[in-house]
Amino acid sequence: MTPTELETRNPKLETDLKEVATDIVGRAMKGGATAAECVVREGDEFSTLVRLGQVETLKESGSRAIGVRVFFGQRAASTYSSDFSRAGLDRMLSSALELAKITSEDPFGGIPPAEQLGQIAGDLDLYHEDVYSLPGPERIDYARRTEKAALDFDARIKNSEGGSFDAATGHKVLANSHGFVGEYSRSYCSVAAVPIAQTEDGGMQRDYWFSVARMLKKLDAPEKVGRIAAERTIRRLGARRVKTARVPVVFDPMVSTSILEHIFEGINGDSVYRGASFLAGKLGEKIAGDNLTVIDDGTIPGGFGTSPFDGEGIPTRRTVVIENGVLKSYLLNTYTAKKLGLQTTANASRGLAGTPGIGPGNYFLQPGQKSAKELIANIKEGLYVTEFLGQGVNLVTGDYSRGASGLWISNGELGYPVEEITVAGNLKDLFFNISEIASDLEFRGSVAAPTIRVDGLTVGGE
Amino acid sequence: MENINIKDKARFFFEHYGLTERDLEHYLAAALSAGGDYADLYFEYLSSTSLMVDESMVKSASQGISAGCGVRVVSGERTGYAYTDDLSSNRILHAARTAALIASAPAKAKVAGFQKAAARSLYPVTLPSVDAEISAKVELVMRADKAARAYDPRIKEVRASYADELRNILVVGSDGTFAEDSQPLARMNVSCIAKTEGNSARGSAGGGGRVALDFFFSDKNPEYFAKEAARQALLQLDAREAPAGEMEVVLGPGWPGVLLHEAVGHGLEADFNRKKTSAFAGLVGKRVASEKCTVVDNGTMPWRRGSLNVDDEGAPTQETVLIEKGILKGYLSDKLSARLMGISDTGNGRRESYEHIPMPRMTNTYMLAGEDHPEDIIRSVKHGVYAVNFGGGQVDITNGKFVFSASEAYMIEDGKITAPIKGATLIGNGPDVLTRVSMVGNDLKLDEGVGTCGKDGQAVPVGVGIPTLKVDRLTVGGTARKDPGGFMQ
Repeated sequence: MTPTELETRNPKLETDLKEVATDIVGRAMKGGATAAECVVREGDEFSTLVRLGQVETLKESGSRAIGVRVFFGQRAASTYSSDFSRAGLDRMLSSALELAKITSEDPFGGIPPAEQLGQIAGDLDLYHEDVYSLPGPERIDYARRTEKAALDFDARIKNSEGGSFDAATGHKVLANSHGFVGEYSRSYCSVAAVPIAQTEDGGMQRDYWFSVARMLKKLDAPEKVGRIAAERTIRRLGARRVKTARVPVVFDPMVSTSILEHIFEGINGDSVYRGASFLAGKLGEKIAGDNLTVIDDGTIPGGFGTSPFDGEGIPTRRTVVIENGVLKSYLLNTYTAKKLGLQTTANASRGLAGTPGIGPGNYFLQPGQKSAKELIANIKEGLYVTEFLGQGVNLVTGDYSRGASGLWISNGELGYPVEEITVAGNLKDLFFNISEIASDLEFRGSVAAPTIRVDGLTVGGE
Repeated sequence: MENINIKDKARFFFEHYGLTERDLEHYLAAALSAGGDYADLYFEYLSSTSLMVDESMVKSASQGISAGCGVRVVSGERTGYAYTDDLSSNRILHAARTAALIASAPAKAKVAGFQKAAARSLYPVTLPSVDAEISAKVELVMRADKAARAYDPRIKEVRASYADELRNILVVGSDGTFAEDSQPLARMNVSCIAKTEGNSARGSAGGGGRVALDFFFSDKNPEYFAKEAARQALLQLDAREAPAGEMEVVLGPGWPGVLLHEAVGHGLEADFNRKKTSAFAGLVGKRVASEKCTVVDNGTMPWRRGSLNVDDEGAPTQETVLIEKGILKGYLSDKLSARLMGISDTGNGRRESYEHIPMPRMTNTYMLAGEDHPEDIIRSVKHGVYAVNFGGGQVDITNGKFVFSASEAYMIEDGKITAPIKGATLIGNGPDVLTRVSMVGNDLKLDEGVGTCGKDGQAVPVGVGIPTLKVDRLTVGGTARKDPGGFMQ
């Protein structure tokens, strides 16, 4: 047999998962619960990695799991299982009903009120069967072409962690005791390459590039992805250290998203009601420069952060988080909204177990007018960061200290590569010191930001 | 969840799913039907509990079960992998036939007779904590909440969590591998926020291991972790700016061993060295550390979070010397890398779950104690940083650069520990950072049992440890400038 005969999908699961979910909710209520919520997830994945032209791994499978959350008045508990047999589901349910006895009365607990429930109508363009349409050998070929383009780009690229092609689909069902039942499917595919370049003295550098899309047709050509991966790797060769200095720092779009993530950590309801963020209590106040506007929008058709309803069954929406530097809205789920005396922003995220968390939809920084190149052209000496290492961010105090690598900016142009340095400051100041925002916004995931310039940071080196 | 009544935990899959050895041989034969060299099956049944107290209320309690089987087929350097969460015979066979297609030839390898791994008991719990009374776990988190709040009125927000699991595994391989294990794991964690007028800070502490619930009712009790978390938060209220630039750094014993994990541990995993993608490739026999440094990875320490009776390929874990008196001795291997590199399997093949392909991973990684007294080490530093607690770290194994972030650190000035400083990232180069270790303390300590390591998206529990260490030069990523002569724009 050859890989041609590789089956593309797991055998389809026969059960109607909406029925399973509503049945569990109904049985929880019969068991004495005052409210209940059930989530079912199933998914398929395919991945292949080709290294130095040879297939290294092929992985293909599917799985599903179910979780239930029950309330007895203000007490809640949750359980989950991968066992869909009658006995398995019975056990999951009875355990949840039992477990709810030991939790505390939480005056803010509960599922959302019925009138808030619902979902966005129409096709959100989230699911395309075509991610699985490639026959086995062509999938491997996608991975191989991506790596080959990187290997062929420059003689100094002598090694590789491989080229890959991945595809996945996910199906999610949510039902609750107010009669809400919703489901949606999402698809995803990607190609990536991780080349390794080496100088004559033996110094090695690695970098990567990828393209990700909800449909195969929208995926960048493997050759393009491989070439960019190679360029990004080659430009790191011969990286050196720099002297400790306070200079302008430019964040490449791949790392400027991290700033948005810190904002998210600081303004999500969970951090806010605990006071675990220096942004807690700052609603309506200026927390950043006039040029900063941040939007969260879970409704953009085809978006990586799009869904018809959130983790609690509330239609997703568009929320202006920061407008011209003023904090306009926190991002909330039902629980944290109640705690803060506000309305949910439909940002509930729901895993199989536990209480709903908070997650972004399509969450982005509004782009500016200048190109990234123009933005760099204004800088005499500075750092262009392409990669951060480690965490090093404290949202309680705003303290910010991260390992970094990138390129040194000299006289308005990108120059030699630098590494083994740190970038440090405090987010309270950093948000005000984003002095320029470029126009190059592109969604490569659910969080996106253009190139930005930040002043006042300390670059730590020799 | 409710207990499944299994008389003998070690025979879990045979009793609970009615598996027979003949079934296993049949599945392996299907996996090898397209000509693979080697195949294995990894059965996993994981039950877990978690509890969280926030604002002095038990806000969240959850339990769950996840079970499945992963089938791997190896053909030369290729790996085919498929898994199923349905342990019925036809689904396992389907997964086996899918994984089989990594090869494309008539079947050649045979399934050898199973040889059961020698029984070992590094975590002999009588009652796994997942099966213990939930009320005792509730008591743990409530006590932690109370103790943290009682520590100081400035402690305003407290979250205490407890989580445990029991992972039953069965690994069988076409080479005769046959290993079963029942792996408990428990952990508690306390985080708190201290607030004063206009100032806030956080602190956290936790611990655990492959232990029973009674572990948390002795000296490592909720009060112990709560006080430690509260102490750290209060200390940070008065922290001043950390310095920036290269300087002498003293690492305290225990958890700062995350330095070893990032700086050398990952770079010595055999897969990266087989592919020559690690900055350590080709350095066996060469000096990579000062003479004072001997570093081991040891999966055989009783009760430890990073320990395993057998790894996730069914091989017994062991103590492996990675660096001996500064000389690089070897790598951490799994079956695939051992075979392809012609080295022995060190029992470091691990995976996050049945959905994942195993790869070389660390267990408990630490440096052996030296001869210096910790006080002498501090006294020897004129201007530097003393870092005693860390958050996480990260490494780029190809260029060797690593970071780890201090969450509790102090200035050392003229041989004395002075003011606490704000959290800062430390950055260095793996292959040479240990060559700058000039003093090694006599106080080796392992961490409390909180480490989780991520690699290729797979998380596994690990341990780390070091004695007090002095590194002559390391870059500290603070904001206060050490040298006012640096250029500014």
